[in-house]
Amino acid sequence: MASQFIKKLELNKDKIFNLLLVISAFSLLILGVGIFLSLLNASSLALKKFGFSFFSGSEWNPVSEEFGALPFIYGTILTSLISLLISLPFSLAIIIVLGEYFKKGIFAEVLRYLTELIAGVPSVVLGFWGLFFLVPIMREIEIKLGVTPYGVGILTASIILAFMILPYSASIGKDAMRLVPNELKEAAFALGATRWEMIKKVMIPYARSGIIAGVILSLGRALGETMAVTMVIGNYHGIPENIFSPGNTIASIIANEFTEATGEVYLSSLMYLGLTLFLITTIVNLIGRLILKRLQH
Amino acid sequence: MRSYAFRIAKSKIISVILTLVTLISTIPFLLVLYFIVKNGISVINWEFITHLPTPVGEPGGGILNALVGTVILIFIALILSVPFGVLVGIFLAEKSGSKISFFVRMMSEILQGVPSIVVGIIAYLWVVKPMGHFSALSGGVALGIMMLPVIIKSTEEILKLIPVEIKEASLALGVPYYKTILRVMLPAGLSGILSGILAGTARIAGETAPLLFTAFGNPFLNFNILKPISAMPLLIFNYAISPYEDWWAKAWGASCILVFFVLTLNVITRLISSRK
Amino acid sequence: MIDIVLRAENLTASYDDHIVVKNVNLSIVRNSITAVMGPSGCGKTTLIRCFNRMHELSPKAKVEGKVYLIENLNGRREEIDIYSVDPMIVRRKIGMVFQKPNPFPTMSIYENVIAGYILNGIKLKKSEADELVEETLRKVSLWDEVKDRLKKKGTFLSGGQQQRLCIARALAMKPDIILLDEPTSALDPVATAKIEELLEQLKNTVTIVIVTHNVGQAGRISDFVAFMYLGELLEYGPTDTVFTRPLNEKTEEFLAGKIG
Repeated sequence: MASQFIKKLELNKDKIFNLLLVISAFSLLILGVGIFLSLLNASSLALKKFGFSFFSGSEWNPVSEEFGALPFIYGTILTSLISLLISLPFSLAIIIVLGEYFKKGIFAEVLRYLTELIAGVPSVVLGFWGLFFLVPIMREIEIKLGVTPYGVGILTASIILAFMILPYSASIGKDAMRLVPNELKEAAFALGATRWEMIKKVMIPYARSGIIAGVILSLGRALGETMAVTMVIGNYHGIPENIFSPGNTIASIIANEFTEATGEVYLSSLMYLGLTLFLITTIVNLIGRLILKRLQH
Repeated sequence: MRSYAFRIAKSKIISVILTLVTLISTIPFLLVLYFIVKNGISVINWEFITHLPTPVGEPGGGILNALVGTVILIFIALILSVPFGVLVGIFLAEKSGSKISFFVRMMSEILQGVPSIVVGIIAYLWVVKPMGHFSALSGGVALGIMMLPVIIKSTEEILKLIPVEIKEASLALGVPYYKTILRVMLPAGLSGILSGILAGTARIAGETAPLLFTAFGNPFLNFNILKPISAMPLLIFNYAISPYEDWWAKAWGASCILVFFVLTLNVITRLISSRK
Repeated sequence: MIDIVLRAENLTASYDDHIVVKNVNLSIVRNSITAVMGPSGCGKTTLIRCFNRMHELSPKAKVEGKVYLIENLNGRREEIDIYSVDPMIVRRKIGMVFQKPNPFPTMSIYENVIAGYILNGIKLKKSEADELVEETLRKVSLWDEVKDRLKKKGTFLSGGQQQRLCIARALAMKPDIILLDEPTSALDPVATAKIEELLEQLKNTVTIVIVTHNVGQAGRISDFVAFMYLGELLEYGPTDTVFTRPLNEKTEEFLAGKIG
């Protein structure tokens, strides 16, 4: 009797445990949906007032309560694209070097650490460094070029962003290269190809989707990156005239103005920006991960 | 067709160029490290880590509030995210094929990609607004949300690596399912879960954006989670954009401590996972 | 005079000081099929990889001795010491087909056939390329099966078809010798038979050296057999002779299936 009772108790405990697991899983789903709904709710005021013309409005004026997101969309797209462009050649070099030339051994490991550890440096520290090291240099360059020597600006932010996203595309691309089957490399050598020809015409086409996935995921990071960009982009409300002028990204304007936002419309507009950022980064990241998953099968 | 000598030479030259470019790409990291150490190491002394900030203009003082604040925030984040995350991870590992785990996994990946500033907004909406003021709790919630996907992923991955024979051996002995998971599987996967915790901690220790309008910052020492609290990255940010040289110096010192803390955690995490 | 196309003299190959091929002296007859046989680990794969200089690509690999490729150019006999010229030259004259079919998945069937030219940067006129592709695919009996799908990637082909594509890829380079490393061990009997038939046709234009552990296959298609055991060449001669009156005890044991 006692053993039967214990068995029943254990069975109940098992049921409870299973229930706990299921509740946790559902809670995660609720969390995610909740995030979306909260953002939507908080933006509702601005949504009602501006609708989609929010994105074509180029004026961000808290005083007159005219809020247009265009300058920040410009800033976000510019910094993300420029940082991608800057990091791409380095990323490709690292992918090839760590994916084929140096796969094992101490030098390979050291190189791997050196290229990947910068991802661990906090954004605010990079921004701090950028402020005191990169900005003065940019000022000098701008003086030589004859543009207004702000020092801060779109280009400065893009450069720091490039440092930050490099490890992501490099790491994923390198893994893709290491997955290239040995037989294919041997087949290329057996036909008389040099190592470079084998890399260029066999390895890279094979690893192509992994490399692209890495680039897309690093784009996702660039879009959402906040602190380093905030510190060196110059906090300017208008549409940037050129890459040397200051600007703002969606993330940086939220960071700069959230705590000082007075007025419901102001706050709601910032929330609207947050919602936009959330949607953009989610879509980009999902695309990147989809490609990665396809690669693994 | 080009001569063989030319093609071989081209291949070798390209490999040299690419290696050089790779080495060049490590320069920013080394530069940053150098700068931080150069400017920060001289600032760090006993007073720096045991004293509170002095009013602006007065010499001396330290960053104790930020050090303690970061520790408290990490604690809150861990308490919120580890049990929750491990449970979800177990769910995903055990019920791997089902339709719902597809959505749960996707949700976890979505969460991982949410920009930190948006997480801050959420914590603001869910905790700060109802409470009416900034607090350590809201900061911990934000950091916990960011840590969650990391814990989930590492738990799921390590559990999937455990040979199914171990689970079956336990069940065959009559051990109930929940005990098998808690007493057999989790301990077997401890290294993976631990490395997930370390990696997550390294990530959130340096996060600033989610704290800007949740924890908010506090020049005083605070152990009350319902009140605003300071944190290392917050302090660095505020001091860095201030006009005071003394504050810049302190920010370098804080950066130095923070970066080495994070880098050490990263290296340990890698060592643990490469040991697997 | 027997027409020799490849001659190995005192060939010794090792990995990291561990000797895998010991002092092999071997002369391959032109336009014949030579089977290199032996139990696992006897060094047969390493041996042929010394012939197209692929062995040296492995880490800590060493080769000693000499290998000569003999070409008949315009009636003149020319001996090339393959270890004194660029390996790429060697690999274009001595092609290789691997155990697992490995067409390049990012290239179409058309491109796979002329992959050697693409990779080496040799530009062919479209008419030249078209002709070469058709001619080569006909030689491997693939043309009719794929002529409407030339621009598609080769991955939908069956294992046997993929392997024939790989043979075509090697053939398109117009080599003197094609080395095949257990080319049918991953294929079903029908596909195997087709490839054996193909090799027998091809030997009139190119010399075939095939590594195989399948005694039946060697007996079916080869003209000469080289038997290796623990890195040494124990016996070499015409297939009929070696199979009916093996000189070496180990050869006999292998042929009888006692060692494998």
